[in-house]
Amino acid sequence: MLTVDNLSVYYGAIRALHQVSCRVDQGEIVALIGANGAGKTTILTTISGIVSSSTGSIAFEGEDITRMPAHQIVTKGISQVPEGRRVFARMSVQENLEMGGFILSNKQEIKQGIERAFTLFPRLAERRKQAARTLSGGEQQMLAMGRALMSNPRLLLLDEPSMGLAPMLVEKIFEIIVEINKTGTTIMLVEQNASMALSIAHRAYVLETGEVVLSGSASDLASNPEVRKAYLGE
Amino acid sequence: MLNNLVNSIDPYLLQILVNIGIGIILALGLNIITGLTGQLSLGHAAFMSVGAFTGALLTIKLGLPFYLTILLSGSITAVVAALIGWPILRLSGDYLAICTLGFAEIVKVVFLNLDITNKALGLTVPLPPSFLPMPIIVLIVVVLAIIASAFIQNSRFGRALMAIRDDEIAAESMGINIARYKVQSFAVSAFLAGIGGCLYGHFLGYINPSDFGFLKSIDMLSMIVLGGLGSVPGAVFGASILSAAPEFLRFMSQYRMLVYGALLVFLMVFRPNGLLGGVNFTDLVLRKLGVKPHLATHKQEGQ
Repeated sequence: MLTVDNLSVYYGAIRALHQVSCRVDQGEIVALIGANGAGKTTILTTISGIVSSSTGSIAFEGEDITRMPAHQIVTKGISQVPEGRRVFARMSVQENLEMGGFILSNKQEIKQGIERAFTLFPRLAERRKQAARTLSGGEQQMLAMGRALMSNPRLLLLDEPSMGLAPMLVEKIFEIIVEINKTGTTIMLVEQNASMALSIAHRAYVLETGEVVLSGSASDLASNPEVRKAYLGE
Repeated sequence: MLNNLVNSIDPYLLQILVNIGIGIILALGLNIITGLTGQLSLGHAAFMSVGAFTGALLTIKLGLPFYLTILLSGSITAVVAALIGWPILRLSGDYLAICTLGFAEIVKVVFLNLDITNKALGLTVPLPPSFLPMPIIVLIVVVLAIIASAFIQNSRFGRALMAIRDDEIAAESMGINIARYKVQSFAVSAFLAGIGGCLYGHFLGYINPSDFGFLKSIDMLSMIVLGGLGSVPGAVFGASILSAAPEFLRFMSQYRMLVYGALLVFLMVFRPNGLLGGVNFTDLVLRKLGVKPHLATHKQEGQ
């Protein structure tokens, strides 16, 4: 579905990614794990077009999207939940969701999308008219996810969904990620919380200083002694 | 009949009212790029200047009907804004502000040296060929500008602008072409500034490039900040107060600008979001009618 080939990204003179290759297949949950600054977020933002790559290529469903601007990539069926949620602070929950459906032209489709988001996250329905900045961190995460789903993506990119959330809420959010995946949306997930990510992912890539150092099925990686030592706190 | 009506109003008061009207048009214009889209422009006087000189020249050289002159002045200003906006709107925050400031200075110096704008002598603008008296024309344009602003704010276009203001990266991830929307917003904003300038020139009868300096840009900015950024009623209110204030404070003679400055400082301390910032008028009206909008939806949603 998504193929990233030999991707290198530079921020000025600093190398953020070095010849990273990875792929995501239809229906999977793929996790990218690694320490701070390993380049996990850069991979996601390069796929979604926010950051431009130096060399390498990205193909989605057979189409080359390497140089495509971010606002067009959304229309291809890739949607991103950005790091730090980035909800539209002064808009209400409802308006945020409507913005998520910006590329949809059919009002009925937008309405259905909002209903779907409210079924997935009943908390958001209670806060429908509230400004997004007045929501708690967990609610904002739900809103950012609901908003990203509005465009009916086939691939959902999730950047640190657990960041800054209470453990109970993290579990709840991950349950919902699995639920979203079961309805047919493929997911690529970046997480600091490696044990949580490996518990729901099918496959995973381990990044270190901008390079993929390990990859494989999530269960293999979870039992790999090096991974356990470096990322699972043993 | 309209002429009689206009003539029956005290000319001094009429002049203040027309100034307020032009102020409202300018403030509504700046509100679109700075209030709604969140891009600080410190050079809007330049667009007013372009509109004023375009309008004056159209009347002097071509003697077009006034409504056409107004529309053309606005459109030409919008095109100028789009051309200048394309490269500079990639900048953000302070950098954009400084760029617009520089652009305004360039416009001023160019107009001060062009033969067609009569260099530093400025242009005497004849009365426009129109059967409606000037104050009525200004009133009509004000009403249209308010309706258009309210319409833009509630449209898909307006929502995209507000999304850009709140978070550019998120807006882009929603599929909004940020560069295009910023330029469009800048052009619409300049369209109103150009119209405001055109009316200003024809009403005053004389324009000089130095009238449209940095202070004029700051005047417009003060109006929308005072009223509340991004709020249409706020822009109208702020423009009304600040256009009229220098006149009402005239009895204090040389102290009036001091008091004016102090007023702005106090307002920003006690109402940092502007007088009408963050006030939702639909909700206010509903509440007055006895409906509590927030509670109503809560009851409904929270079973």
